[in-house]
Amino acid sequence: MSQNIQRDVRRILDEAAQGRRLTLDEARLLQQEAPLHDLGHAAHCVRLRKHPEAVVTYVVDRNINYSNVCVCACRFCAYFRAPGHAEGFVLSFKEIGQKITETIALGGTQILMQGGHHPDLPLSWYEDMLRHIKANFPIHVHAFSPPEIAHFAKISGLTTAQVIQRLKASGLDSIPGGGAEILVDKVRRKVSPNKCPAGQWLGIMEEAHALGLRTTATMMFGHEETLEERLEHLFAVRASQDRSLQKEGGGYTAFIPWTFQPDNTNIIARPLTSPEYLRMLALSRLVLDNVDNLQVSWVTMGPKIAQLALYFGGNDFGSTMIEENVVRAAGVSFRLSQGEIDTLVRAAGFEPRQRRMDYTLVPADTRTAKA
Amino acid sequence: MPDLKRFETLGLGGIAHKVQTGERLSLDEGRALFACPDPTAVGALAHLRRTALHGSRTFYVVNRHINYTNVCVNGCAFCAYQRSKGEAGGFEMSVAEAVERLLAAPLPPREVHIVGGCHPDLRLSFFVDLLSSVQKALPEATLKCFTAVEIAHFAHLEGISTTQVLQTLKAAGLAMLPGGGAEIFAPEVRRRICPRKSTAEEWLRIHGEAHELGLATNCTMLFGHLESIDDRLDHLDRLRRQQDQSLQKGGNGFTCFIPLPFQTENNAIKVERPLTGLDELRTIAVSRLMLDNIPHLKAYWVMLTVKQAQVALFFGADDLDGTVVEEKIGHMAGATSEQGLTKAQLQDMIRGLGLTPIERDARFNPVGGDARFNPIDNARYNPMQEA
Repeated sequence: MSQNIQRDVRRILDEAAQGRRLTLDEARLLQQEAPLHDLGHAAHCVRLRKHPEAVVTYVVDRNINYSNVCVCACRFCAYFRAPGHAEGFVLSFKEIGQKITETIALGGTQILMQGGHHPDLPLSWYEDMLRHIKANFPIHVHAFSPPEIAHFAKISGLTTAQVIQRLKASGLDSIPGGGAEILVDKVRRKVSPNKCPAGQWLGIMEEAHALGLRTTATMMFGHEETLEERLEHLFAVRASQDRSLQKEGGGYTAFIPWTFQPDNTNIIARPLTSPEYLRMLALSRLVLDNVDNLQVSWVTMGPKIAQLALYFGGNDFGSTMIEENVVRAAGVSFRLSQGEIDTLVRAAGFEPRQRRMDYTLVPADTRTAKA
Repeated sequence: MPDLKRFETLGLGGIAHKVQTGERLSLDEGRALFACPDPTAVGALAHLRRTALHGSRTFYVVNRHINYTNVCVNGCAFCAYQRSKGEAGGFEMSVAEAVERLLAAPLPPREVHIVGGCHPDLRLSFFVDLLSSVQKALPEATLKCFTAVEIAHFAHLEGISTTQVLQTLKAAGLAMLPGGGAEIFAPEVRRRICPRKSTAEEWLRIHGEAHELGLATNCTMLFGHLESIDDRLDHLDRLRRQQDQSLQKGGNGFTCFIPLPFQTENNAIKVERPLTGLDELRTIAVSRLMLDNIPHLKAYWVMLTVKQAQVALFFGADDLDGTVVEEKIGHMAGATSEQGLTKAQLQDMIRGLGLTPIERDARFNPVGGDARFNPIDNARYNPMQEA
């Protein structure tokens, strides 16, 4: 690396650490040239500016996949079953209720519900499910990714905004940022051709924000996208957040990047290394100056790298994931209990705190730490 | 050009200066590195050192492990592998079986790593036969066999000196001693975790003898059990003092240091605060910084997990070990890593890290197409020459 480039990288990192917004060209320079440790340190400085207290948060929740039946057939997915497949399932409301009861017993405050694009379930099934949950359980429902919302619109003939409104009226509290994959249509056409395009994904999130729902945003990288397309993804999320914040919506609470897990999928790719993950995490922290929280991904990276990621821009340990099925189907099976997360966070020099979806803290005395 | 401001803010300015000039760090400076609240700053310093020593070169070896027996008279508290003589599950491998297994390897191994328990009945003649048979079957392989603890055990059984044992085995083809059995040198802890094993002094003496005989050796440290931070620093300091002596006498000395994180499953030692990933990385980094006279540091992925080993290459390590197949000792203690990585997987992984894969032999000489890269001199490096 030439002296001039070194000097530019150093200057950009220093300014970004101070909170200055990066241009695409600057982000590209950092992506290609910044040394791992310098990139991580600048990201950690930004994290400390946004969250000066030495606290790392996480939510106690359970992933409930209400169905694995899906018409999308995304090439990176090892979880779905095509309609009519013997292993396809739809959970009954009773089964869902049982899982929620267990979640509450473990100190859980929310459930994350996602499923496939089921061809036959009408919108009313989802509304009934939400009403059933809300009538019976004091739990936050964080559910349906934008592609599912788009699918519901298609089967019901409503607009996506109408669908969100109806789901909200039935009890939906917030929307997880899944199905974003890489928000570049050229990539989506290759890896998930039947899922909603990037513009619609962002549009649905902005509609949700305008209707008063908070959401997260994710990125799955390391499959068939280029380095430049990863940057496009970050800048698309940043621009979307700008639009939502201008309308005084709450916008995205958090950004959650993770690496593609190639086992049992139809994509052949070299599994990304942990330093590549850490670089992307740190770059996300520097680019997304308007998103408050950055989650580390212990589910894909394991406890050791997730702990280290707390020094590469991450301030949130994600969730305890009392149940997780989708990543496990792709060959990765890390498990962590709430007690183990607390130990990792403390050993990293931070105080672990249970939070809710909106990042308010669960009072320490009411939380029930389970080993 | 490191970010010196960052290190000065953390009170590590003096250490950063020494790291840049290649000056030896004191034990107090080692303590400061362990106490530094920012573990990644320590990692950044270690990476500076690693880069000065090796640039982006990242070594790996096509190797095979042979564990010839699990019968052992020592019964160390941390060992999930050992069986007593006559106990169910105990085994001895014949010479023919060992050779057969090595020949069955998908690629002819460049490094053959043979270690086992301290068996009460296996005599030196068996090991002479083992080495010469393996060398005959695999003339290109470097034989890296028997820890200092086994050498001491052979000497005891035969009633001869450890130097005589080493001479006999060298004549049969032994080129290197692996670094095992060092555990932790601090006598108080050593008594508690491996009371019947060679003492620290004996372990270091045998390595010194091997160095004088022209054998290269590796060295290890088992950490994260009952030892203190000061015990770790004492261990590193004893290794670098031994290395000073060996190099002064013109020997090859230690080639590679291998920090081994303690695996807490399946053993009798109850650890109050098991290691976390950051403890592992910090210890690797401090080791790189303290061991100024040992050229290589291994990220042993079998013990670390692959993802952690990848990061360790940016925290002071320059070697990924190899395509280990049939590793038993770490896995029986609960190591969760894969059982083997292929050569192509290792190369792709290293390139993905932005580093340069170099296939090596046991002594870290580049081999095959990578032989165009010069090996790094064992002597103290001059950091101004590189980077």
